[in-house]
Amino acid sequence: MLTSTAGTGGKSMMLEIRGLRKTFFPDTPNEVRALQGIDLDLSEGCFAAIIGTNGSGKSTLLNAVAGSFLPDQGTVRIDGVEITRWEEYRRAQYVGRVFQNPFAGTAAGMTIAENIGLAMRRGLSRGLRPALPRQVRDAMADRVRTLGMGLENRLDNPIGTLSGGQRQALTLLMATWLKPRLLLLDEHTAALDPKSAAQVAALTREIIEREHLTALMVTHSMQQAVQLPNRIIMMHQGRIVRQYSESEMARVRVPELLAAFDRIRRREQLDPAVSDILGRQYL
Amino acid sequence: MSLVIGAFTIGLILSLLSMGVWISFRVLRYTDITVDGTITLGASVVAILMVNGWSPWTSILMATLAGAVAGGVTGVLHTRFKIQELLSGILVMTALYSINLRVMGRSNVPLLNVGSIAAPVARLLQGAAGEGDTLMLLGWRVPLQDVAMLLTMLVITAGVAWLIKAFLLTHLGTALRATGENAQMVRAQGINHQRMQVLGLCGANALVGLSGALLAQYQGFADVQMGIGMIVWGLASIIIGEALVGKLTPGLALTGTIMGTLLFRLLIAIALRWGLNPNDLKLVTALFVFAALVLPDRIKMLGGMLKRPGRREC
Repeated sequence: MLTSTAGTGGKSMMLEIRGLRKTFFPDTPNEVRALQGIDLDLSEGCFAAIIGTNGSGKSTLLNAVAGSFLPDQGTVRIDGVEITRWEEYRRAQYVGRVFQNPFAGTAAGMTIAENIGLAMRRGLSRGLRPALPRQVRDAMADRVRTLGMGLENRLDNPIGTLSGGQRQALTLLMATWLKPRLLLLDEHTAALDPKSAAQVAALTREIIEREHLTALMVTHSMQQAVQLPNRIIMMHQGRIVRQYSESEMARVRVPELLAAFDRIRRREQLDPAVSDILGRQYL
Repeated sequence: MSLVIGAFTIGLILSLLSMGVWISFRVLRYTDITVDGTITLGASVVAILMVNGWSPWTSILMATLAGAVAGGVTGVLHTRFKIQELLSGILVMTALYSINLRVMGRSNVPLLNVGSIAAPVARLLQGAAGEGDTLMLLGWRVPLQDVAMLLTMLVITAGVAWLIKAFLLTHLGTALRATGENAQMVRAQGINHQRMQVLGLCGANALVGLSGALLAQYQGFADVQMGIGMIVWGLASIIIGEALVGKLTPGLALTGTIMGTLLFRLLIAIALRWGLNPNDLKLVTALFVFAALVLPDRIKMLGGMLKRPGRREC
């Protein structure tokens, strides 16, 4: 079977997924078996990309980890803590997120500083102290300066006045302001123009390397998949069909990934009815 | 002159209502119709407690708390029991009608021969001016009681507005504002957005309860019908305020809301003076809110249509 678990031995796992299943609209004509038994381990400091065709379940997998919905079966652990039944907001103490939609990660009508102020207490209690005292603002400006976008001078502007690329860069900065145990990136460059996408991709790599983050990134871009992460997870029809480990990553190029997709697709031309019949006959 | 003083006093009292509506409608982006019941609840609680000899301030505090509870119930109906936001407000508003009648024991409670929150200010003024029951103000002779009431309301409203503004700049306050802007983002930052909604509705309706309590004190009675259409008055005030000062920061928006309420009350006072039938007031207000909600877009469309020929030339 191609569904595999990367056995990295006794090393501590930051993310452990076991037998995860999710069916949307069960027992209706619109039934979608989005996740059909996913096993996945990410060790600390691992940056993995999930690739796959439309409807392969890659975003669903990410959302299952983020807690957008509860799975039908299986477990999710982050740093050894089982969070399978936790509500989305509660998972935020471990998980930083960047969304595909650049507008989804920030509150448009609030200032840059206020948005960052919210991220500075991700997963922490929020009391009645002023969110933005002077010394916090200075520290904020220093860190925003590292983006090299000149936004440190615009901290009091509504974040809605920024471009998609700038907002996405800020969302990334916010998601990692407090070091998350797991960073989830959901096609976070897909909605940007090529230049901004490259900028945000470079920033992603830089932050993940600097902070030694464990990250899971869904991407449509094969280029990004071979350049950024140190592991590739290929999904198809709700299953993990192929993984490229760190040692393979050194050699893998875009054409190889495309060829792998092709093989899967060709196999599917027999599929699914034929393979079902074959399966029944031979198993 | 007493027309202006009266309009300003009511305006200040209703500013608290408008700020409450502003919190639910603009900050949380939640159309909370509980308001119509809560303002009466505030008035009934304050009336019945004061008639039974409670001090004005304690009564007002209780009315405010009652408002908060009502808002909380709406919030819980929506978040915990997944009832649509408008419907949960309607349910609580409807229930409040009976509750208000229960609280008062009848449909109208007059507040005669009870203390007034303006009494300390009145005494102060009397000491300063020392000329009986009236006072010279900008060349007009006005009842001292009215001026005392106006000043009291000014202090309360300004104080409350300042508190709200300060709150909205705290960690909790920014979380509340973000909840209305982007619930997904708020969850990703580890905030329970449903809890924020309940909290916001509690706060909003506490303000409305307070407003009702002060209104009952000012007009000298509580009436079970007094809340009808109040949310629309609040909306009208907010819209006027936004036209006046914009809504860039919470401070500006709150200032605008207060100014909008004052202006709105003044306009109403003038319209009534000129012979507008009081029975038509709510119709006129509703039409105004309708126009204010629809016209800006229409004007933009019209502007776009006018500009288009110019664009073709280049």
